[in-house]
Amino acid sequence: MRIFDPHIHMTSRTTDDYEAMHDAGVRAVVEPAFWLGQPRTSVGSFVDYFDGLLGWERFRAAQHGIAHHATIALNPKEANDPRCRGVLDLLPRYLEKDGVVAVGEVGFDSMTREEEDVFVRQLELAGEHDLPVLVHTPHRDKAAGTRRTLEIVAQVGIAPERVVVDHLNEVTVDVVDDAGCWAGFSVYPDTKMDEARMVRILQRRGLERVMINSAADWGRSDPLKTWRTGQAMLAAGFTEHDVDHVLWRNPVAFYGQSGRLLLDDVDAGADYAGNTLQRGEPLTPAAQG
Amino acid sequence: MTPDPAPTATRARLASGAEARLEELITEVRRDPGRLSRAVARAARVVGRGPNPDGHRVEDVARARLVAAAAEATGPAGASAVVEDAYRTGDADERRAVLLALPDLDLAAAALPLVEDALRTNDARLVAAAMGPYAAAHLQAEAWRHGVLKCLFVGIPLTAVADLEHRRDAELDRMVAAYAAEREAAGREVPPDARALLDRTPSNP
Repeated sequence: MRIFDPHIHMTSRTTDDYEAMHDAGVRAVVEPAFWLGQPRTSVGSFVDYFDGLLGWERFRAAQHGIAHHATIALNPKEANDPRCRGVLDLLPRYLEKDGVVAVGEVGFDSMTREEEDVFVRQLELAGEHDLPVLVHTPHRDKAAGTRRTLEIVAQVGIAPERVVVDHLNEVTVDVVDDAGCWAGFSVYPDTKMDEARMVRILQRRGLERVMINSAADWGRSDPLKTWRTGQAMLAAGFTEHDVDHVLWRNPVAFYGQSGRLLLDDVDAGADYAGNTLQRGEPLTPAAQG
Repeated sequence: MTPDPAPTATRARLASGAEARLEELITEVRRDPGRLSRAVARAARVVGRGPNPDGHRVEDVARARLVAAAAEATGPAGASAVVEDAYRTGDADERRAVLLALPDLDLAAAALPLVEDALRTNDARLVAAAMGPYAAAHLQAEAWRHGVLKCLFVGIPLTAVADLEHRRDAELDRMVAAYAAEREAAGREVPPDARALLDRTPSNP
């Protein structure tokens, strides 16, 4: 089983997790920029966070044979803090980087005016930088937040197939399907979705335009939930091909719209331990100056 | 007769299609060095990526030449600020290319803070690029010795260290020998590069 986890916060995870993920078949991840648990108080804090996502975390993942990409944005929670608003001015620089495959996570947390302003501006930035968008839906008042999200996506005029609306459930999936956006599901130990409910949704609506993620972070979560969902799909009668469609080809198709996915090293089954570039080895000895 | 050494990244040339795409970006950056950050970020997508026949990577050559073009267009007074900005606003791949460009930029020691920044990371790509000819020429002895030791620690082959035989001194040899002894005491393997360095002496190269 080859797995692409389209939403996981690896900065919060250990190298044990990377090893277990690789053993389970995870070969690619997308790490969306989000909240860190502790609210940030300055723009500089975001600079270091974004640099870490595009620098150290990519390097760390590569050492475990996993291709790491990121989505960059000012998250909905911190969109409400005026001290963080300057992050919007940083985004054009980051949204040009190779490892950035979408704008995200954007959307609503508490459905405030500030959140909406920041959401709209970032949808516009996605258009300006030719990137798809990862939209977070709120945990509180989710159905209303999802409907408002879809209205705003339609108003800004971004193509629905370039938008994934994430953290969906039985109550919110249909409106997203009707809008033509991608449906994202986070499978968690005891909140959001679980494997059995996920399988029932797939049986009902089919395998197109759907992405399943672990959204693992510093909370109670499990970076192998993608693999467990794949096992649940097989147990329910889906084929290996179906599992590959949902857990690999769908995220490749969605994030591939950025033109920036770099999967050559992991896709070809390359020996990552023998990757000379990752060891910093020059292909020729350094010029003796 | 030994073959000519590979050109530095800023002097390397690419295959004709990639070279033409790079020239277009370089023209843009010469006209307005303020566009360097964006050009360097896009360079691999526009020009290409992967091995170049001379041993460099295409994206490293493209980015290093863009940095060199912007520095030249800015002139000696502003060049180090341009280079520092390209490093500070770059991702790890871009920073690596800035480090590779340094030997050809005529900055004297002004870019040393960038080398020192790279040597504080644990990213092997950055550490290796930082220990090139610019570090050999400008990095002070204590920092340079720790750079060599760091290469051994993070598994970077010592072929990445420019001018190793010329700059090595008794203090470096002592540090490497102590590192080897510590590894042996722990029952761990001593990196072959550490052994080879200790076995080689100026009279027995």
